[in-house]
Amino acid sequence: MKIDIQIVNDIDTTKVYQQLSDPESGGICVFIGSVRNTTQNKKVEALDFETYEKMAIKEMQVIAEEAILKWKLNKVILHHAHGKKEVEDPVVMVGASSAHRDACFEACRYLIDTLKERVPIWKKEFFTNKTVWVSAHP
Amino acid sequence: MKILLFGISKDIVGASSLLINDGKKTPTTVKELKQFISNKYPEFNTLSSLAIAVNSNYAEDTTLLQEEDEIAIIPPVSGG
Repeated sequence: MKIDIQIVNDIDTTKVYQQLSDPESGGICVFIGSVRNTTQNKKVEALDFETYEKMAIKEMQVIAEEAILKWKLNKVILHHAHGKKEVEDPVVMVGASSAHRDACFEACRYLIDTLKERVPIWKKEFFTNKTVWVSAHP
Repeated sequence: MKILLFGISKDIVGASSLLINDGKKTPTTVKELKQFISNKYPEFNTLSSLAIAVNSNYAEDTTLLQEEDEIAIIPPVSGG
């Protein structure tokens, strides 16, 4: 499969090489986003992701197709987690494979940056004594 | 007209969907829907942005709303 889009309970980082490996690719680039234990010096205990799944999958598919056209990629993955995630859990994994490394490095950056801008997924941060929807307010 | 709610919009309304049955006052465009919810729930005015999806696509202010459309409020996204 050229494009692999998934919204899952738990991101599986162990099969990404097989998912992106391709006989015409000489380079594979992967970005994994994970739960960090602090935000602006405040201790983060967990994150909770909510998705508008139908639209999120549609938008992720469009982003993958845009990247394939722009960088002539052989394979693309976009995986995002939903539900509550603890510190160090992987929450998003994007990757691309291409003939040469420049294309997959640039594409990978585009995949994660555009996903964060456009895909309808919302992240709630759990601090010691409150919760906050990230980016909701200016 | 049923509106799907996610993230902070669910907290603002206090439910996971919103039913609008106001006869002639029911919004007919995306712009009217934005005005309707901002008037009814002023907290929407404090958000960094507010988008509407119609049939799971981002919609323009001029997009017309039909009773059978799947309509959702998209508050500022924060995936990744």
